[in-house]
Amino acid sequence: MIARVRLFANLVQYCPGAKVGQPFDVELAAGGTLADLIAHLKLPRDQVKVIFVNGIGAPPDHVIQPGDEIGIFSPIGGG
Amino acid sequence: MWFLRVNMTDRTAKLEEVPDQYKNLGGRGLTSSLVAAEVPPLCHPLGPNNKLVFASGIITGTPANTSARVSVGGKSPLTGGIKEANAGSSWAQDLPSLGIKALVVEGQPKEKGKFWGIHIAWDAAAGKPKVEFFDATEYAGKDLYDVFPKVYERFGDKISIAGCGVAGEFKYGNSGIVFNDMSKRPSRYAGRGGLGAVLGSKGLKWIVLDEKGSPGVPIADKALFEQGRKKMNDALRTHDITKPKGGLNTYGTAVLINIMNEAGGLPTKNFSSGRFDQAAQIAGEAIFEGNKTRLGKELYNHACSPGCIIQCSNTWHDKNGKEIASCVEYESDWSLGANCGIGDLDAIGEMVKLCNAYGLDTIETGATLGVAMEAGVVPFGDAKGAINLVHEMGKGTPMGRILGAGTGMAGQVLGMTRIPAVKGQGMPAYEPRAVKGIGITYATSTMGADHTAGYTIAPEILGVSGKQDPLSPEGKAALSRAFQATTAFIDSSGHCLFIAFAILDIASGFEGMVEECNGVLGTNWTGDDIVKLGGEILKKERAFNQAAGITDKHDRVPEFMKTEPLPPHNQVFDISDAALDSVYGEL
Ligand code: SF4
Repeated sequence: MIARVRLFANLVQYCPGAKVGQPFDVELAAGGTLADLIAHLKLPRDQVKVIFVNGIGAPPDHVIQPGDEIGIFSPIGGG
Repeated sequence: MWFLRVNMTDRTAKLEEVPDQYKNLGGRGLTSSLVAAEVPPLCHPLGPNNKLVFASGIITGTPANTSARVSVGGKSPLTGGIKEANAGSSWAQDLPSLGIKALVVEGQPKEKGKFWGIHIAWDAAAGKPKVEFFDATEYAGKDLYDVFPKVYERFGDKISIAGCGVAGEFKYGNSGIVFNDMSKRPSRYAGRGGLGAVLGSKGLKWIVLDEKGSPGVPIADKALFEQGRKKMNDALRTHDITKPKGGLNTYGTAVLINIMNEAGGLPTKNFSSGRFDQAAQIAGEAIFEGNKTRLGKELYNHACSPGCIIQCSNTWHDKNGKEIASCVEYESDWSLGANCGIGDLDAIGEMVKLCNAYGLDTIETGATLGVAMEAGVVPFGDAKGAINLVHEMGKGTPMGRILGAGTGMAGQVLGMTRIPAVKGQGMPAYEPRAVKGIGITYATSTMGADHTAGYTIAPEILGVSGKQDPLSPEGKAALSRAFQATTAFIDSSGHCLFIAFAILDIASGFEGMVEECNGVLGTNWTGDDIVKLGGEILKKERAFNQAAGITDKHDRVPEFMKTEPLPPHNQVFDISDAALDSVYGEL
């Protein structure tokens, strides 16, 4: 199964070649969760703060569906 | 400490002992209490009976970190209600250092077309501050970047400056009070609600402070204060958002562009969509990377005011490495960018600088431009056209004056129905239809549409202080109420609101804030008292607004948000009137 992933803020540093907000495809086993994706990408768990799937916030145990658009953010704030 | 009353009718100044009921107040708590007690709610905001009150926070001027904030209050010419706007600046520390707990500007000069300045310095022989008036007409009608250096030249390098730009002189509903930043730029604004016009209406151009030799802020219990300061310091230095080289220090507040876009809540092209196809190129990450390319090195952000350890203020540079603007905040980046369909950071930076130069509030400016663009004044995405409109506002042309009146008024003149404003004040950078809690804050805040009044974005989007579904209406009235009350206290403490990211997650940081305040004042407040004290401030503000003719019926988002579904989530604002009324009804 292919997941379409975009990384934001400082997360690109953990995935060589990744650019902020530019989508790339990741191949995962069927039934894979967001936690599996994070492990696969070797993102430090404490640096993953908010994950969106198709624009909706999702928890790490969310099971990824083919075609899901996933956006991952490290801890950020502003105002 | 004293209240300093400056009367602009006869240009006199008077020091008063602080009455007991005001002794434990600071910042917003003090400005709102004084305005509620002394300003007739039905007065004209630009007439002689309005007052403009400046008060720094309870701990401002002490060694507490990230606490150089000053509140400015009065009756707002934009909303017709009570207003508090705050800014970070050395000015905020210098006012209480001079022994001044609140500066109250009253009255109005009879002669038109003249502007005055006041210079306040410490008179060591007399043991009190000394106030001198000077003719400031020569500085009127000019770019603040041109006249700020002249004020420094005249009064010395160590002063701090507050004032208004031409927007205040023209008495626009869109006009802020300007303060100096650490590099003497006219770039820190108590921006919202048209308080620059109130200053302008009083013929006051500058308030110059020279704190040399002043006694500083007394601390009742130094050990307790120090204990609190350390707890706050530890929280700020360890939380991922506030720590050095953390989220705010690296990417600035504009880091929110991408996450709001992802959440489908980045208001785009006058609140017609929640996604902007050029969001990535104007985001905080793009600013960081763009500066790196243009400067050949990484540039982390700086402090807007002395003693800030979060340091979130960025500077955007052109291709030759020359500064375009500081600071491009999220709100400005959004309002002058996504909301106008403009994806060019150089153009956005130029407009930020123009707003600073003319004394305009960037949020109100971008929200107004969005409405004007939809009305066809210039097309969405037309950066040159937008820049010209900001110039028109600065020059006071007929179109400029219409736009300078603010989002609500300009929208009405231009015959628009999609006018994103509450109580006449333009909405900030979060879409109520995609983030329901912040919509409740916009609708019900005593300030008009104001995100800082109850920043539910923290749990709804950022995962700070728990996680809440932004699209769900459930429990959001209570959430907004709790945030509004806590915020009213933080705005009184003197801390920058951005400490909230750390202290909402780290309990000892919250304790630290309470101990810092208790240490300065000698009070025994508990954490629970904070929410109660904040609630008391809100009640005073609300009572003023009611007496000024603002009712529950004004606590509503514009109609189009209840009928037009917003892409991409295709949601409307589905919070019931009863839920909105419960925010203050159950306070
Ligand atoms: S966190 Fe940012 S806005 Fe707040 S005081 Fe520090 S530099 Fe200024």
